[in-house]
Amino acid sequence: MELTTIWFVLIAVLWIGYFVLEGFDFGVGTLLPVLGRNEGAGGATGETRRRQMLGAIGPFWDGNEVWLLTAGGATFAAFPHWYATLFSGFYLPLLLILVALICRGIGLEYRGKVDSAAWRRRMDVMIVGGSVVPAFLWGVAFTNIVRGVPIDADMEYVGGFWNLLGPAALLGGLVTLTLFLTHGAFFVALKTDGRLRHDARALALRLGLVGAVLAVVWLWVVHASTGTPLSWALAGAGALALVGGLVAGRGGREGWAFTGTFVAIALATASLFVALFPDVMPSSLDPAWSLTTENAASSQKTLGIMTVVAAVFTPLVLAYQSWSYWTFRRRISGHHIPTDVHPAAATDETVARDDGAVSTR
Amino acid sequence: MDALDLARWQFGITTVYHYFFVPITIGLSLLVAVMQTRWLQTRDPGWLRLTKFFGKLFAINFALGLVTGIVQEFQFGMNWSDYSRFVGDIFGAPLAIEALLAFFLESTFLGLWLFGWGRIPEKLHLAAIWLVHLGTVLSAYFILTANSFMQHPVGYHINPQTGRAELTDFLAVLTNKVQLVAFPHVLAAAWMTGAAFVLAFCLWHLWRSTDRTPAADKPMYRKGAKLGAWALLVAGLAVTVTGDLQGKVMTDVQPMKMAAAEGLYEDVPEGVGAPFSIITVGTLDGREEIWAVTVPKLLSYLATGSMEGAVEGINHIQERYELTYAGSELTESEDYRPVIPVTYWSFRIMIGLGMAAMAVAAGALWVLRGRGSEHDETRMVGSRLWGWAAAVVLFMPLLANSFGWIFTEMGRQPWLVMGLMTTRTGVSPGTTGAEVLTSMTVFTLLYGALAVVEVGLTLRYGRAGAEPVAEDLSLDPADRTDDDAFVFTY
Repeated sequence: MELTTIWFVLIAVLWIGYFVLEGFDFGVGTLLPVLGRNEGAGGATGETRRRQMLGAIGPFWDGNEVWLLTAGGATFAAFPHWYATLFSGFYLPLLLILVALICRGIGLEYRGKVDSAAWRRRMDVMIVGGSVVPAFLWGVAFTNIVRGVPIDADMEYVGGFWNLLGPAALLGGLVTLTLFLTHGAFFVALKTDGRLRHDARALALRLGLVGAVLAVVWLWVVHASTGTPLSWALAGAGALALVGGLVAGRGGREGWAFTGTFVAIALATASLFVALFPDVMPSSLDPAWSLTTENAASSQKTLGIMTVVAAVFTPLVLAYQSWSYWTFRRRISGHHIPTDVHPAAATDETVARDDGAVSTR
Repeated sequence: MDALDLARWQFGITTVYHYFFVPITIGLSLLVAVMQTRWLQTRDPGWLRLTKFFGKLFAINFALGLVTGIVQEFQFGMNWSDYSRFVGDIFGAPLAIEALLAFFLESTFLGLWLFGWGRIPEKLHLAAIWLVHLGTVLSAYFILTANSFMQHPVGYHINPQTGRAELTDFLAVLTNKVQLVAFPHVLAAAWMTGAAFVLAFCLWHLWRSTDRTPAADKPMYRKGAKLGAWALLVAGLAVTVTGDLQGKVMTDVQPMKMAAAEGLYEDVPEGVGAPFSIITVGTLDGREEIWAVTVPKLLSYLATGSMEGAVEGINHIQERYELTYAGSELTESEDYRPVIPVTYWSFRIMIGLGMAAMAVAAGALWVLRGRGSEHDETRMVGSRLWGWAAAVVLFMPLLANSFGWIFTEMGRQPWLVMGLMTTRTGVSPGTTGAEVLTSMTVFTLLYGALAVVEVGLTLRYGRAGAEPVAEDLSLDPADRTDDDAFVFTY
């Protein structure tokens, strides 16, 4: 296989890894206000449920996001023109994604640092907004990439901002958003216990139905214009995996349900890359101006070195990241959430609630 | 201002801001790892408390370094697309390797460390923080590999068909002579910053009255302050030695930057010895001085290693470059001089702040000498001098780092890649001034707001001090059951 093809596949793998992993933590972040409600008399409080959800993604979300950084870095190294055209061309949507990711990371890390309802509300807004926006915009971006955008003879994007928000692209955004929400809800069902687990599963089934319908329409639209037999087959298999996941979810088998959405997102993303190949950014103005795996690529020397580096270190990364998931495999119940407050986080609210007795652990 | 100026300002603002958190993260992860190692060795609860105290402060600072780092990964493509096209073949590789080798390691093991208290075995938990530190060190290596290529391109050729730089020797890129001196310099400077962070907060708790920081906690902070001070001094020594080596390399590959560091306009021939001015009052660019403190022959020593070595002046280099680089769109420039007041002063501020931090550390070690009788523990309480020292020592290495980078990058101008491409020609041609103005405004406002939150939290947790540890709380997972609440979760 040509080195350029190998790198096209590797970059596809990095985006697949990013979407199947960060997809669920986007979903969990977005569903915070939906699933994090009070259970009523005798049940868990909304705050406990929110902390169960956040605790479930806590050790992982940052590592998941690195898949994006690696995809960006790998594109820069292997296909500099792709990197340059895409990121300078999709300037404002990318700015929105960056701002969202910044807010989200800060929201997640700082939420528990001050014990005040107002503080937590503000951080929740950052987490929810920071999860919705990229979950939607990645779908918009990829629909545009696959369907082609105005690129001139100098490999520059000349379409402007609004051109990126066509109907198919907006539909793509809704598809990634609903799929990530379903994926995230199944993750909550898989990783928590108590009523939260059952509420999450029920919600996932409803979201999954909407997502399945939207995804089928969208994949049809995308592959009708650029599809190949293989991309159709992958898209079809992805749709089947989603249905299979929903059936498993109905039967209460959360592990298989999560696997279903995991595989569905992976196959749908794979189908996009297959439809794209051998272009990396087709031009809608003139096919001769499209960026391809050949004209956008780095030298054979760079690709060769990077192949060795990737072959050695990717298995290592997969091994320790999997081990981290294994280490934190236990379901999180309400009683796992500590009730004591760090002395530095304590506020008047803490004092009022605990009647002056701030725990000192 | 046009799109080029705005893109430069945006890169400067976002990068200087990002780099506040980088040295803190690199340095503090090392210090926390050392504290936690001491805890497992000695089982002295003081070390555990310090580990958790600085671990919290580390997490607060890491978060901002992380999120602002994402911007850095994409900004080359967004704002410097022609640069990305021109050098992607060489520059992209270390960036991709940095993500694969360093970012995965840092993020995964930081997750394990933060959430792993009481959930993974103690030794594994200790290994996690050491691996976080290793990740930060690897990250520094590869991003400096990329940066060193901009200061002194090696291991490439220009493809005559495409006009782009292409890799010919990756080992040469990884062992660029600029890299070999910059990496230890930057790493030691980051350790200095982390050490100053520890020293500052421990000194502050030693300075506070016993009503606010219990007398029983003073010995713990004394231990922490001594660790911070020693680490600062050792790292500071390494910064000095590597900085000196850097001067020689810089004279060799970027003579204009060295001349601009002193504002030396005219050549100083062999056998005379160029002086170095510690401080100058005169015109900003050092052309005319009214009053100056100078050390004879020091510039010659810094630049060449010999007291009487020849140093080329700005004017001569300018003439030379005009002849060498004329006639090509990529390398042509009206002026090959950086902004002299910026290089002149940032160079001095960097050195001055670093030296001052080492003086504070040495002073602290002197005051904290002895075996730790009650008198030693409370010697600093209420002292005006040490209250101020604690407050300012935190910022000395931190700002020295910033000014060091401002010197390095502003001193490289007008080059984007020394001798190959000017900054002007690297900017994204299709990105409008309005777009860049939008992003610059958004980043500046957002970063400003986050700075307020971050500093607020750092002070809040710093002021609260090291939390007491309960006697009955074991952090060994073997002593805990599935029903116990987590030690830490969001």
